[in-house]
Amino acid sequence: MIPVSTASGGFPFPILPAIVIAPAIAAVLLFFLPRGRPGLAKAVGIGASLVTLGLALAMAVRFETGQPGYQFVVSHSWIPAFGVSWKLGVDGISVFLVAVTAVLFPVAIAGPRTGEDPKGYMAWMLLLEAACLGSFLSLDLFLFFLFFELTLPPMYMLIGKWGFENRSYAAIKFFIYTFAGSALMLIAMLALVFIDARSTGVVTFDLIANTTAQHVSSGIGAVLFLGFAAAFAVKIPVFPFHTWLPDAQVEAPTGGSMVLAGVLFNLGTYGLVRFCIELFPRASVDLAPLMLTLGAVGIVYGFLVAVVQTDLKRMIAYTLVADLGVVVVGLFGLTTQGISGGVYQMVNHGVSMAAMFLLIGMVVDRLGTRQLTAMGGLQARTPILAAVFIVVTLSIVGVPGLNGFVGEFVMLLGTFLTHRWWAVAAAVGMVLSALVFLWAYQQVFHGRPTAHAAGVAVADLGWRELAAVAPLVFLIVLLGVYPRPFFERINPSATRVVAHVGQVTGQYPPAVAEGARP
Amino acid sequence: MIAAIGGFVVPHIEYTAILPELILLGVAIIVMTVASLSSRPFPAGLWAGVTAAAGAASLGAAWYMSNQVNSRGPHTTIAGAIAVDGYSEFFLVVLSIAVILGALVADNFLRREGLDGPEFYVLAMVSAAGAMFMSVANDLIVVFLGLETLSIALYVLAGYNARRRESHEAALKYFVLGSFSSAIFLYGVALTYGATGSTNLARIGAFLAGNVLVSNGVLLGGLALLIVGLGFKVAAVPFHSWSPDVYQGSPTPVTGYMAAAAKAAGFAGLLRVLFSAFGLMRADWQPIITVLAAVTLVVGAVLAVVQTDIKRLLAYSSINHAGFVLVGLAAASAAGLSGSLFYLLVYTFMVIGSFGVVTLVGRTGDARHRLDDYRGLARERPIVAAVFALLLLAQAGVPFTTGFLGKFYVIAAAVDARSYPLAILAILSAVVGAFYYLRVVLLMYSDPLPAAGRAEGVALPPGTALVLVLASLFTVAFGLVPGPIVDFAHRATLLF
Repeated sequence: MIPVSTASGGFPFPILPAIVIAPAIAAVLLFFLPRGRPGLAKAVGIGASLVTLGLALAMAVRFETGQPGYQFVVSHSWIPAFGVSWKLGVDGISVFLVAVTAVLFPVAIAGPRTGEDPKGYMAWMLLLEAACLGSFLSLDLFLFFLFFELTLPPMYMLIGKWGFENRSYAAIKFFIYTFAGSALMLIAMLALVFIDARSTGVVTFDLIANTTAQHVSSGIGAVLFLGFAAAFAVKIPVFPFHTWLPDAQVEAPTGGSMVLAGVLFNLGTYGLVRFCIELFPRASVDLAPLMLTLGAVGIVYGFLVAVVQTDLKRMIAYTLVADLGVVVVGLFGLTTQGISGGVYQMVNHGVSMAAMFLLIGMVVDRLGTRQLTAMGGLQARTPILAAVFIVVTLSIVGVPGLNGFVGEFVMLLGTFLTHRWWAVAAAVGMVLSALVFLWAYQQVFHGRPTAHAAGVAVADLGWRELAAVAPLVFLIVLLGVYPRPFFERINPSATRVVAHVGQVTGQYPPAVAEGARP
Repeated sequence: MIAAIGGFVVPHIEYTAILPELILLGVAIIVMTVASLSSRPFPAGLWAGVTAAAGAASLGAAWYMSNQVNSRGPHTTIAGAIAVDGYSEFFLVVLSIAVILGALVADNFLRREGLDGPEFYVLAMVSAAGAMFMSVANDLIVVFLGLETLSIALYVLAGYNARRRESHEAALKYFVLGSFSSAIFLYGVALTYGATGSTNLARIGAFLAGNVLVSNGVLLGGLALLIVGLGFKVAAVPFHSWSPDVYQGSPTPVTGYMAAAAKAAGFAGLLRVLFSAFGLMRADWQPIITVLAAVTLVVGAVLAVVQTDIKRLLAYSSINHAGFVLVGLAAASAAGLSGSLFYLLVYTFMVIGSFGVVTLVGRTGDARHRLDDYRGLARERPIVAAVFALLLLAQAGVPFTTGFLGKFYVIAAAVDARSYPLAILAILSAVVGAFYYLRVVLLMYSDPLPAAGRAEGVALPPGTALVLVLASLFTVAFGLVPGPIVDFAHRATLLF
């Protein structure tokens, strides 16, 4: 049984529902605002996301360390006929994903320039935030699925209405791919619930009950695992389910790109831990080589394809496939270090990639093009932008002292214990990461300005842009130099997951690599 | 026993059991009489108000009966021809709602088109009464009577806009194909009677339980013809070919009403016939329904993608919805049955609301139904666009709407019955569905075309506004708190 604490953590109201509902209410409020007041709409949007941030940070601060189970759990019966309840809770795996989501949304809302119709933009963004937070916090399969699906219409609208030239195609491709993926998850979820119900006599979508039940045979478990994994593999996206990503990422407005890279992909990787691994431990062990291989192939593939891109946004989009492949390799090592590091890396990656797309948005806005061949020489003209850009770049390529290094190191260490060669492949792939990002930096900032770039007047970062990027840079450094408070909260839950896998399968990961000691 | 030896014995008639039908028929007759006796014009909106009030009264009566059934248990009445059970009352509620919403949408439309008059409402009420008889019928003859009452009124309604050629065409097409299917249904009744010696659903069921048929070809033929006849009404593929043309040609409020009421009534008949009379032949009809469901889902979804006319698009999407209801039926379980009923209830609100918007955007002449007419609607009429977006998203099955729950309910039933391929097909068709619904939503929220023929704005009259409010409130409120309507569908069990 997973320990559950229903303590309110000293909050006078249930904190988790408040975190989910605050942006949702603001989104509905925005709908009723008068049309001609763009300033007011922006204020409401930013204000609501800041309130949510406050609530999420308060929750993260009150989160007790050393607890493996769920905290601040609230549970209300919702649709008794289906065995569905409104059950929210947070553990070490989700706590920082919630926090980083709450950090990224205000930045994504306030940072980039919004186009036309700010009212609609804000409303969809806030609805998306509510859906993402709800997905991370749900402890009921049905509720999770609802929130997971609810992320699609807002993202569709954000890409389809506020995106670049080819936005309609990208939006529809995004929607169809991810919707089809989650369709399989719904079937797998229902099958799991009904199979468990045949053994227990109770139909329930409760995550904890289904995690503990473990009534599916290994063969069916593998099929159901794949059903869930399909949804998450499309969402993450894992090679070869990634083809929607470059289009969506390129066409999305800057805010949408930030949220896609910083939050939505985390939903997929989070789903792998919370649902694939926890619900189907045996299948996870059996199918780990498959997932590891897909992850490792994605790493190499993503970077190789990224190198040859001429569109800056598309280039970085392909590196996402690779970076997320690294996380998959980390998670499916199925060790405490791998999962802890994987979760930590999700947080890192969310922060760094959101910052990266924010900066790319700034570069593209200034130069009016996404083509690398039309850039160059920005370093001399916008030194602050270049400095911030290089910090973020280094954090992504994993330079020690910044956040990327910590996550990747711990994660690959964990995978090395059980699946050595995949960890090696991943590590080699990451060398390519440096190549891609430095290559991008070089083309944008170094050299002489091309004729096009020289022809436009560019200003360095303004105070508003600095204010937007500052919290992200702060987090990049903080996560890089002082990871302890984070791991203190992540580790117990990661240990719980690994112990659960061990309990069900009888296979516990070795504490050190085989052959490492005599 | 109706035909006793030595003469005709009038069975005891429990009038409360058919009160909703009696209310609608009574009001229809009164309206017709009053309107024909007076030569002076009546105040505009009077007939719509009367119809909505009659619908509300029948809703009240159905609700009262529903509580009676809950407390006293179900029974049959009027010589076993009428079933008073949760299932009947459920459909009476759904159809009453369809009458109310349909009348409110029609009111403005008829005045706008200069067609206002009592006939429309009389026909609507009569057709609703027919639909109600189909839902409460416990005898194939009564099902047929209801079917014909419903259909004949609808044929006329489809051709109500006598000034439009499309309306004539729709009426004629509907009439020809509809009569054909009625005949097929009747032939099915005859074969079933020949095989089992009764048209009473309970007695057919009892006969099949008590006898083993050595050769059941006649019975199977009857069953197949019954499925075809009712499958036509619900527009299941391959009996759907009438529906896009008829939906497109009919006056828009009629289309909305037809999509809700005729579909509900057809399913009411189909579900009860299959479960009550042929429950024991499940092994025979389940594969048929499974195939029908699969084909209906796919054809509806795929053909909707290529439509450029909103009414045709909604027609094909409504075929897809019929596929979902069939998925619940194909599960052939109690959960599947309540799933199908739930779906029909939530669909009624979504579809009448959607066609309400289509009525508004069609504007005078009821002709602007190209998808391009929706471009930029959000700028001109943000509220109407938002409601339409909501209803379309609900039809697509977006979470926290009743539309999602409806799909979830029937798919859960299919998974529980272990028909995984059908469940996967259903949800994949929902993916395709999302594509065409979202396309319309995105059109509404994109920039309007440079002012070309934009002279007449989209008006929002109070009657339609009320419908839109009701439809969206229902869709969202019960999407968030589905307990009450899930329980309602759960209680709607069959007597046998």
